[in-house]
Amino acid sequence: MAQLSYLPHTEADIKAMLERIGLGSLDELYSDVHAQFLHKGPYALPDAMSEQEIREWFASLEAKNAKLKVFVGAGAYDHYTPAVIPYLCSRSEFLTAYTPYQCEISQGTLRYIFEYQSLICELTGLDVSNASMYDGPTAAAEAMKMSIACARKKTRVLLSKALLPHVIKVVETYAKFHGVEIGYVPATDGQTSLEALKAELAKDDVAGVIVPSINRFGIIEDHTGFADAVHEEKGVLIEYCDPSALAVVKTPGEWGADIAVGDGQPLGLPLCYGGPYVGFMAVKKEHMRKMPGRIVGQTVDKEGRRVFVLTLQAREQHIKREKATSNICSNESLMALWVTIYLSLMGPEGLKQVNKLSSDGAHYLKAELLKTGKFEDVFPDKPFLKEFVLKPKAFPGQMQKKLEEAGFFAALDTEEGYVSFCVTEKRTKADIDALVAIVKEG
Amino acid sequence: MNFGVDTGFYPLGSCTMKYNPKINEEMAALQGFAGLHPLMHAGLTKGANVVYQEMNKALAAITGMYTFTLDPCAGAHGELTGLMIMRTYHIKRGDLKRTKVIVPDSAHGTNPASAAVCGLEVVEVKSLENGRIDVEALKPLLTDEVAGIMMTNPNTLGLFETEIKTIAKLVHDAGGLLYYDGANMNPLMGVVRPGDMGFDIMHLNLHKTFSTPHGGGGPGSGPVGVAKHLEDCIPDLRVSGFHGNFGVILRAYAYILALGKQHLRKVGQYSVLSANYIKECLKDKYKLPIEGVCKHEFVFDGLINDGAHDDVHGATTLDVAKRLLDYGFHAPTIYFPLLFHQALMIEPTETESKETIDAFIEVMRKIADEAAADPQLLHDAPHCTPISRPDETTAARNPILKYQDTI
Repeated sequence: MAQLSYLPHTEADIKAMLERIGLGSLDELYSDVHAQFLHKGPYALPDAMSEQEIREWFASLEAKNAKLKVFVGAGAYDHYTPAVIPYLCSRSEFLTAYTPYQCEISQGTLRYIFEYQSLICELTGLDVSNASMYDGPTAAAEAMKMSIACARKKTRVLLSKALLPHVIKVVETYAKFHGVEIGYVPATDGQTSLEALKAELAKDDVAGVIVPSINRFGIIEDHTGFADAVHEEKGVLIEYCDPSALAVVKTPGEWGADIAVGDGQPLGLPLCYGGPYVGFMAVKKEHMRKMPGRIVGQTVDKEGRRVFVLTLQAREQHIKREKATSNICSNESLMALWVTIYLSLMGPEGLKQVNKLSSDGAHYLKAELLKTGKFEDVFPDKPFLKEFVLKPKAFPGQMQKKLEEAGFFAALDTEEGYVSFCVTEKRTKADIDALVAIVKEG
Repeated sequence: MNFGVDTGFYPLGSCTMKYNPKINEEMAALQGFAGLHPLMHAGLTKGANVVYQEMNKALAAITGMYTFTLDPCAGAHGELTGLMIMRTYHIKRGDLKRTKVIVPDSAHGTNPASAAVCGLEVVEVKSLENGRIDVEALKPLLTDEVAGIMMTNPNTLGLFETEIKTIAKLVHDAGGLLYYDGANMNPLMGVVRPGDMGFDIMHLNLHKTFSTPHGGGGPGSGPVGVAKHLEDCIPDLRVSGFHGNFGVILRAYAYILALGKQHLRKVGQYSVLSANYIKECLKDKYKLPIEGVCKHEFVFDGLINDGAHDDVHGATTLDVAKRLLDYGFHAPTIYFPLLFHQALMIEPTETESKETIDAFIEVMRKIADEAAADPQLLHDAPHCTPISRPDETTAARNPILKYQDTI
């Protein structure tokens, strides 16, 4: 059988190495393993494939997936990825490095994490960002834990019911095992209710509150009075945001939030069936030492040059073990690089333009869909950006199927009985008109 | 400015820095995968579904577990998920007092940290002189409050836990479960299956054992496998937004297809061969605290002759690590595990040639000689890197964590 290129050992190498060790065979390397545990017989695996066979197999799998124009968001957004990003991110100096433990030969990684942290702070209007988390929902779960650590003797965290469903589910899972009680703040007329929030806060047990900057209905929320209400009860306000939208909507800093979390996916990361994405977290300076995850800081080397290192590590698991602020070790560093390149290509004006194009498309689509007479507008007075929901007058499931057949992934059913649409700058007017034409027909 | 597996040898213990096959990158970038929205229903994602199903089957075959969840996004995330499964199992049986988990003193820091996030109390069990879990010390810890034990096998010293059979029986008899930390799965590939050793729950690090790139610290993927009797403890758990790191899972699947049933065993064998070879070639220069065959990695406890004399202090493990950078090698993992003061943990992996390994050995020997002759040369290392040693104290005392106009 041909030798696999991932395994460079020749027969002569193996013989020489065994001799140096003083063993007669490879099997003797496992002499410390009880014979009962040595696997006998072949493994139930496919036969080894050549590179060409792998290529052909994946091409056949790829062909089984639907290739649709995406008009759905709900936590994953089909924004354009400039070609330079995958090109730079696939450079092996970035791709094949590990966590920058040896800073003298990892300045490239450390520098981009520092840039990433700076950009996240800029977008959120907060003071300190970590080096990334797994995804938006887990970042929200970490913020939930962090609020408990910040607020003494308070045991409950409130979630807005207008948060995206998958965010709520992940936070609930973490809370259940971490021993945190979860309460809920309902939405009134498509927006997290300040009145209901105040009623919950009055119970005097709330450590933190998580609210969406833009919510599951696509509505840009008004958080006037939220921070004051939460701070009055000595709680922590956590904003869950779409970082792309932060270029045009009020930032968590402007709302007076203590922690901002969300998913970096809208910043040019491919949909990729849900991952890898990148969670982000930024906090006010006073909460810095309670923050989970790695943090890169600037310092000088022996010659006084500006350099970057992993810092504030006394929070982390490899030092503090069970007393660490989190168990996170590996994060999503390469995706943080992706986001960093995206943001530096876009700049503030480019990001505003992405939002403008997406928003124009979404408003046009909504108006055209309403004209078909097949939907009711659910929240006519509420501001939205690229995403909105409508109430179908009949058979929502069928509409989604019909759109699929015509090449669109759109009209996603929501828990509330609405259908949800999203438009990014990738969708043209012709795309939108074609979608509307299908709806009209159906 | 940056060192990676593709630029040089990266013998970072516990991290399994193996070659990242390029074909896997191309497959993950195919638009038919990269363009899939995570909320598309199964009818639209038939190709992706095959990736998940086949990965589940392959991982089960390799590990001897019954089924896997591929949702966790990293090793520590897998640990947390696995411990959630452990707790769910006891809660479902109405056994609510099992809130402690036993963790050996040699464990990765993520083990106790994951336990704490999962609301479990950590009980530490000591290691023996020979680096293995002290079975006698374990016995009195196994009360009816113990949910289970977390083990890394081979452990972080690279040593196989020879008493695993006894330990598994003791823990199971006491009503607990065995968790396997898959960070060190590489040497067992194709040779030993955790499921056969009695483990009930485990995670794998696809970015270690299954060749996906570490990406400067992520993305990873930490699938969690369970024995049949725990199958129904998985479905309630939602630990990540959608379906885990699909792009990483897909790369690992391509790797498994390249290995197939024919090459799997060589991964384990060659990784162990290389580690033992380096150990034998260096143990006259570096202190080997525990003799005997190791698995994919091993730990030295500093230099035998560190050059200390009169008022000159000797070269430390940190100094050796920094000097290695001058010679174009990444340093091993240092000061872990915590059992030794000068721990230097070396893991070569199976994808490095004997030629590379011999070059590393030669440099390690040269550094030992340099230390004996002139430890100051090592204290001042690295000399040839883009920057010299940074002032980490100032970085932590006066943190500058983002760009500031004032600088």
